Amino acid sequence: MPVSLVGSVSNPKGSKEAELGKVRVLRGSTLVKRGFAHMLKHGVVMDVTNVEQAQTAEEAGAVAVMVLDKLPYDVRKAGGVARTASLKAIEEIMDNVTIPVMAKCRIGHVYEARVLEAIGVDMIDESEVLTPADERHIWKWNFTTPFVCGARDLGEALRRIEEGAAMIRTKGEPGTGNVVEAVKHVRILNKEIRLVKATYESNDEEELIKLARELNVSYELVREVGRLGRLPVVNFAAGGITTPADAALMMKLGCDGIFVGSGIFKSSDPLERARAIVLATTFYDDQKIVAEAQKMVDEKKSMAGMDITTLELRMQERGKE
Amino acid sequence: MKLKIGVLGLQGDIEEHIEATKLALKKLNVEGEVIWTKSGEEVLSVDGLIIPGGESTVIGLLSTYGRALDAVKEKILEEEFPILGTCAGLIIMAKRAYDKIVGQTNQELLGAMDITVERNSFGRQKESFEADLHISVIGEKSFRAVFIRAPSVKEYGSKVEVIAKLEEYIVGVKERNFLGLAFHPELTNDTRVHEYFINLLQEYKR
Repeated sequence: MPVSLVGSVSNPKGSKEAELGKVRVLRGSTLVKRGFAHMLKHGVVMDVTNVEQAQTAEEAGAVAVMVLDKLPYDVRKAGGVARTASLKAIEEIMDNVTIPVMAKCRIGHVYEARVLEAIGVDMIDESEVLTPADERHIWKWNFTTPFVCGARDLGEALRRIEEGAAMIRTKGEPGTGNVVEAVKHVRILNKEIRLVKATYESNDEEELIKLARELNVSYELVREVGRLGRLPVVNFAAGGITTPADAALMMKLGCDGIFVGSGIFKSSDPLERARAIVLATTFYDDQKIVAEAQKMVDEKKSMAGMDITTLELRMQERGKE
Repeated sequence: MKLKIGVLGLQGDIEEHIEATKLALKKLNVEGEVIWTKSGEEVLSVDGLIIPGGESTVIGLLSTYGRALDAVKEKILEEEFPILGTCAGLIIMAKRAYDKIVGQTNQELLGAMDITVERNSFGRQKESFEADLHISVIGEKSFRAVFIRAPSVKEYGSKVEVIAKLEEYIVGVKERNFLGLAFHPELTNDTRVHEYFINLLQEYKR
């Protein structure tokens, strides 16, 4: 199967039979949810806070927009509690762009997720950028709308998939304009996947179940990772991506696509930068085109960025169990 | 006679189409290669092209870069050049497209098929679905079709053949050697659509 269905629970509540005229259709199945993420591949999802930014993102070639009340950089600055965006703002954006619209809910906040599903957002990001509402994550199999979740390593990624996430992204360190943590997370993930793959290929079941126990995930999922040599769902890079070269670097490391948070709309050249990041993501393996894309942006206009070591708030630490 | 099939590889589920096409070649025992085509030059080198699912606005925009879109336009002037477009691919092949909610959009289209396509015709992702579908050109046995924020064909010219319908929605069309589908045959193991496309390609090459 081109879309792996491994790890799916049987008869998830979010999967619903319905009638389209006389035809019986199935909504919210694992295939339909994971399949949606497959359509985003090689694309760039951009964080936006209003219609104007959403339209700029669409014009620049964003594959989807992610609606927040504040960009991650501003969430950091503002402090306090960061919650899901105003539903009116999200709806207004949904009425004005043709591409998918995603929105974030707090980790574990089942009812923020429910209201986002009710107004019809295309994907929900259960995100560490917002203030967690619970130490547990949402049981995402109960939703018809697909979810994306952040992860820093293979264990976190597979635990989120086990809860029903249809897509994974690296956590990185949001709102910093610093790509170092996203690089670190995808490198850890790749290294762990290589180990699982080698173990699977040597038919060492004793070792494979030991790995599953160490990762705190099911044997079935670990086996699937070994068979595929990758995560069974689409995996994007996120957290600190700021320039076209950053995006190309993450694609080169094996990510399926890119999320850009503050990087675009906290810069002083958002439209050009958004276009350039889209170009560099698609043509990441062609140095000449990445250089052309990089020329489209001015480093003096990049967001300032922050050093990771002096941060007071490390969002990536949220929701790691 | 070795076939060379390209998958327009700018955005979307490119690898899935490459795999499905390879599998279909194997099942048919046809010699051929499947290549990831990004540039205009690569497009000009293939016997047939697949435009994958993804976002049609993004694929259209990126096609103007590297001149892939111009190359496809050049190719379709040759009378029988085969193209298979799925979902976003169907939209890009159309002469006219609009969005169900937003209305008219100014996006890049190939204009290969005399059809008007409504984007997001079935609604948003929550309304996306899988269903059994009858596709006239691949036989009686139904096809498990996956519709993701799918479009549908609202108007079509006299040379267009409707090959699949779901109630009142037209979800599969054929014109010359162009095949446009609103769903994703590349997401399941059933390769009958890709096999049919390869047969079209073989006839065109003869």
